[in-house]
Amino acid sequence: MHQPTITQARHHLLEKKYSAVELLDAVYKRIDTVDGKVQAYIHLTRDIARQQAEAADKKLAAGEDAPLLGVPIALKDLICMKDTRTTCASHILENFVSPYDATVVQRLKEAGAVLIGKTNMDEFAMGSSNENSWFHVTKNPWDLNRVPGGSSGGSGAAVAANECMAALGSDTGGSIRQPAAFCGITGLKPTYGRVSRFGLVAFASSFDQIGPMTKTAEDAAVLMNVIGGHDPMDSTSANVPLPDFTAALSNDVKGIKIGIPREYFGKGLNADVEKEVQAAIQTLESMGLQTVEVSLPHTEYAVATYYILACAEASANLSRYDGVKYGYRSQHADNLMDMYTNTREEGFGEEVKRRILLGTFVLSSGYYDAYYLKGQKARTLIKQDFEEAFKQCDLMVSPIAPAPAFQLGEKLDDPLQMYLSDIFTISANLAGIPAMSIPCGQSQDNLPIGLQLMGNHFDEATLLNVAHQYQHTTEHHLQHPTI
Amino acid sequence: MSSVSFDIEKIALLARLKLTEEEQIRLARQFEGILEHIDQLNQLDTENVEPTSHVLPLQNVFREDEVKQIFEDGKYLPLAPRQDKDHYEVPQII
Repeated sequence: MHQPTITQARHHLLEKKYSAVELLDAVYKRIDTVDGKVQAYIHLTRDIARQQAEAADKKLAAGEDAPLLGVPIALKDLICMKDTRTTCASHILENFVSPYDATVVQRLKEAGAVLIGKTNMDEFAMGSSNENSWFHVTKNPWDLNRVPGGSSGGSGAAVAANECMAALGSDTGGSIRQPAAFCGITGLKPTYGRVSRFGLVAFASSFDQIGPMTKTAEDAAVLMNVIGGHDPMDSTSANVPLPDFTAALSNDVKGIKIGIPREYFGKGLNADVEKEVQAAIQTLESMGLQTVEVSLPHTEYAVATYYILACAEASANLSRYDGVKYGYRSQHADNLMDMYTNTREEGFGEEVKRRILLGTFVLSSGYYDAYYLKGQKARTLIKQDFEEAFKQCDLMVSPIAPAPAFQLGEKLDDPLQMYLSDIFTISANLAGIPAMSIPCGQSQDNLPIGLQLMGNHFDEATLLNVAHQYQHTTEHHLQHPTI
Repeated sequence: MSSVSFDIEKIALLARLKLTEEEQIRLARQFEGILEHIDQLNQLDTENVEPTSHVLPLQNVFREDEVKQIFEDGKYLPLAPRQDKDHYEVPQII
């Protein structure tokens, strides 16, 4: 019973094949069985979920309906849900209880979702492996010795291991797409501004976006219909019309032009990844899409640009953790300065400190022009690359990561190597465009491989349309790990 | 090696972080490698390029200044590590 997609579960619930409470019980039973190994969750919200499932059953019995009525969904633990903990996988917020709902949570509740728990992540979403969590390391359900990716690795692993129907993640430099690829699921980073960030704990405010992590593109469309759209509580949320993403799924894809950015297929690309991504491009061609080679010439500068700008924004955003209004405070402080410095030294993990320091440095007097301003100008060049490329195509396809999921501990001592593994996902955040990951095959050692689809601003509908039709033609998204 | 020297003690103070000696040594070494990578941006001619701080063409976003009860009273002060009836408590300042 814990296997269905959102769409299937909705049918089953409406047909009274099982109740929302029975579905919830089955999902929690699955969590109780496998999460000791996978460790996808930080904490479960059993009481709240039970109340929501009971309320859903009452509505179902009364013949009412809502887009997610009775569907169990997990949240990455940096999205605030009222009266539950939001830890960001950090010691500094370990006991923080949210006093309000994020806009996406409010919308999920209104749509009848059953919110079952908060998933693990890299601390403050900083990382590509989930190894930077204060609590524990989530394992990849396909191979428990490998990372699930990051930073939304808990959400990715929970969906792949059938510990929820779907989850929300957040993506600042690839944090939805890379774990989706590593865990063999579907993940969408919407256009910057498409989904409200109100109640999302900020990492880098000009990059962060919340998005769906699901078993299918169809489910991603269902979730986007619920969480997308303008929100007056987020001044950067875009006031543009929200299309019906599920209605666009069945559009004819013949004639859609896909660009193949040549810079994404160079040296350093794992042979299995290259083979499966090329095979996926052939499949798309056989479905009637046209391909054209395009160029994104500033790709090699994306990682450097991103780490300047994202760290600068992070250093400002994380200055709020000072031990005064909420969160952890050091017990070792006789004066105000010691309280600040000891609280932050004891409360933050090493990767967070590394990025705060780098961000502070690039914003500091004497270095601002050489680093921060230079980074902002490089961002313009990268954004212009996409504007030029989209004159020749409707969307672009590429690998998500240079290789499948790596071993636990493999890159932990070399931050630069960890950063460079984000090379194919970071540009979409710099340009603010929507991008998604869908499973497109497996490596020789049975690890999932992800295909990236990148679209033009506010054109999630074409991404979801092509992804859905691809999943209609192939069965890669139906492969499940055995745990 | 990057041409810029990274004064980790000064930066840590600006960031309000108290690093252990071991952390200082390890992080300073890592920053050398990261800054060396970042320095490749110097290859780019950005003389006539405008900076991008935000990807969407956003102007100031205004709304009517209406008083609304958005957050519940009494929910916020108790979140503080130390508080008294109606204020936050911190170590003595003066």
